[in-house]
Amino acid sequence: MIRLDNLTKVFDTPKGAVTAADHISMEVPSGEICILLGPSGCGKTTTLKMINRIVRPTSGKVFINGEDTSSLDTQDLRRNIGYVIQQIGLFPNMTIEENITVVPKLLGWDKAKYRERAREMMRMIAMEPDAFLKRYPSELSGGQQQRIGVARALAADPPVMLMDEPFGAIDPINRAVIQDEFLKMQQELNKTIMFVSHDIDEAIKMGDRIAIFREGKLVQYSEPDDLLAAPKNDFVESFLGEDRALKRLNLVKVRDLASEEIGLVRPDDTLDAALERIEAYGYVNSIVMVNDKRQPVGIINAAVARTTQGHCRDHYQSVPVVVTLDDDLRKVASLMFANDMTWVPCVDDDGRIIGQITQRAITHHLGSRYRAHSKGEGGAKAAEASPSPAIKE
Amino acid sequence: MELLQYFLDNLELLGTLTLEHISLVGVAVGIATLTGVPIGIAITKNERAAKTVLYIASIIVTIPSIALFGIMIPILSIIGQGIGYMPAVIAVLLYSQLPIIRNTYTAINNVDPALREAARGVGMSQNQRLRMVEIPLAVPVIMAGVRTAVVLNIGVMAIAAYIGAGGLGTLISRGISQSDPRQLILGAVAVSVLAIIVDYALLALQKRLTPKGMEREAAAT
Repeated sequence: MIRLDNLTKVFDTPKGAVTAADHISMEVPSGEICILLGPSGCGKTTTLKMINRIVRPTSGKVFINGEDTSSLDTQDLRRNIGYVIQQIGLFPNMTIEENITVVPKLLGWDKAKYRERAREMMRMIAMEPDAFLKRYPSELSGGQQQRIGVARALAADPPVMLMDEPFGAIDPINRAVIQDEFLKMQQELNKTIMFVSHDIDEAIKMGDRIAIFREGKLVQYSEPDDLLAAPKNDFVESFLGEDRALKRLNLVKVRDLASEEIGLVRPDDTLDAALERIEAYGYVNSIVMVNDKRQPVGIINAAVARTTQGHCRDHYQSVPVVVTLDDDLRKVASLMFANDMTWVPCVDDDGRIIGQITQRAITHHLGSRYRAHSKGEGGAKAAEASPSPAIKE
Repeated sequence: MELLQYFLDNLELLGTLTLEHISLVGVAVGIATLTGVPIGIAITKNERAAKTVLYIASIIVTIPSIALFGIMIPILSIIGQGIGYMPAVIAVLLYSQLPIIRNTYTAINNVDPALREAARGVGMSQNQRLRMVEIPLAVPVIMAGVRTAVVLNIGVMAIAAYIGAGGLGTLISRGISQSDPRQLILGAVAVSVLAIIVDYALLALQKRLTPKGMEREAAAT
C-alpha cells in the first residue's frame, strides 16, 4: 500500500515559487496499479518522484505499507522501491546481468543468490538467460532494453514500484506487447504500482485506478470505468476526450454482458425454419449454423433463406464472426460494424457456442451506468450522458 | 648518410636520453592524473569553483615554458632544487592540469542525466554512483585528456634540457650551442617520433580501459 498525505512540492525559480504538487493525498491499495495521468507540467511526475525522494518533498508524508518513509534512510528507501524511467537508464558499462543484479548487490546478497535471481528475472520477462546475460545494453533493441529495465526494478522483489512513463519511448506495436506482458506479470507479482502516463488509453488499459492531475492538484481519483462514466468536471471530461464512451468498451468483457439465449440452426433444418428463427430472434440479416458439437460452421443469409428452398447444409456461407468471453466490448463493437450485425455469437475455449452479445445489451450497459451516475447531478448531465451515438441501433 | 651514421653511432646515448625523457614526462603526467582527475570530479559539484579552477588552469598553459622555468629557479632554490629534475617535473605537472581537469569535468558532467537518475533510483550513494557509473563512463574522455597532456608535454620537456633536466632536449640544446646540425636534427626527430609512438600506445590503452559495453558508442565519436 502506498499512501500520500498532503504531499507538496514548491520549486523556487527565478520567477518566484512554483507549486508543482499541491497537498496531494491519495492511497493505492496493495497489489493495484494506480496511473497518474494529466497534461505535461501537471505535477504527476513530481508526485511520483517524491515517493522515492528523487524530488525532495517540501511538506507532507509518504507511507509505504503503513510505515512513514520520512524516518528511512534515502538509499534504503530507494533500494526497496522498484524504479523504471522512460529513458530506461540501463548502465551501458555493465552487462545485462550486472544491470539486473545492481540492487541485490547493493543490498548485500551473496553472489550465488543474485546470479540465480538474474536468471529467474530473465525467464520472467521471457528472454533467454544464456543468450542475453553477458551482453551489453547497446546490443539490445529498445523493447528488450525496457524489459531489462523492468527486470532491474523487480530484481530485489520490492513491494512497491514507481514507473515514470515506462513504455513511452517504445514503438506502438512493441508497447502494446510489453504492456500485455507486464499486466500478466503483475497478476502473479501483485506489486503496488504508481505509474505516470500521459496516454489516456494506456491508463485505461493498465490502471486499476486513475488519478487525474491538473496544475499540481489531484482533480479526480477513480476506477477507470467510473472515471469515464462520471468525469468530475469539464477539465477531466475534455482530457478524457469526447469518445470516452467508446473507451469504456475496453473495460467491459463479453462475459459481463453475454446472454445464453441465442438462435441457431443445424445443417438438417430447412431454410424456411431458418427464416422463421431469424425473425423470431430479431436477427436482421443472418443466423449461425452449428454442427453437432455446437461449433459454428457458417451463417445462413436471410436473403438467401427468403428466396430459396432447401436445407441449411446446402446454402450456408463463410465462417461466422465469433468472440470469446474474455474479449472486450471494443472488439465486439468493431466486429459488429465491420459485418453489419446487431449481435455476435460467443464461443467457449473449445469453440462451442454458448450465447450471444447484442448491440442492445452494450448500449444498455453504457447507458445505465451513465444514468446511475448522473442522478444526483441534475438533468443537464443526464441528457448529455445518453448512450453514445456510435452504438445506437 | 652522415646523419644515419651519426644516429647509429649514438644509438646508446639516444636510448638513454629517450628513457630519461619518458620517465620525466611519465612521472609528471602520472602525478598530474592523480591530482587532476579528483579535482575535475570535485568541481562538478560547484559551477563557480569549476569556472575558477578551469580559468586558472588555462592561464597556466599560456605561460611560456621557458618563462615558467625561469620563475621557478629562485623559488625552488630555497630548497636547493632551482634547476634540474624538480622544476621540469613541476612545469609539466602544471601544464597537464588543464587537459586532464577539463576532460574529467566535461566527461562527468556529460553523463546522461537519465543514467544519473537511474543510479539514484536504484539506491546508490554518491560514491557508489561515481565508482560504478560515472567514472567508468568518463574513462574514455579522461584518457583522451591524459593523451593530450602527454603529447603536449613531450615537447615542453625538450626545452627543460636548458635547466639541466636531461632528456632528448639535451641533443637539441647541444646541437644549437655547438652548431651541430646532426645532433639538432636527431634530437628533433626523436622528440617527434616519441610523441607519435606514445600517442598511439595511449590510444591502445584508452581502448582497453573503455568499458566493453561502450565500445560501439566510443567508436562512433
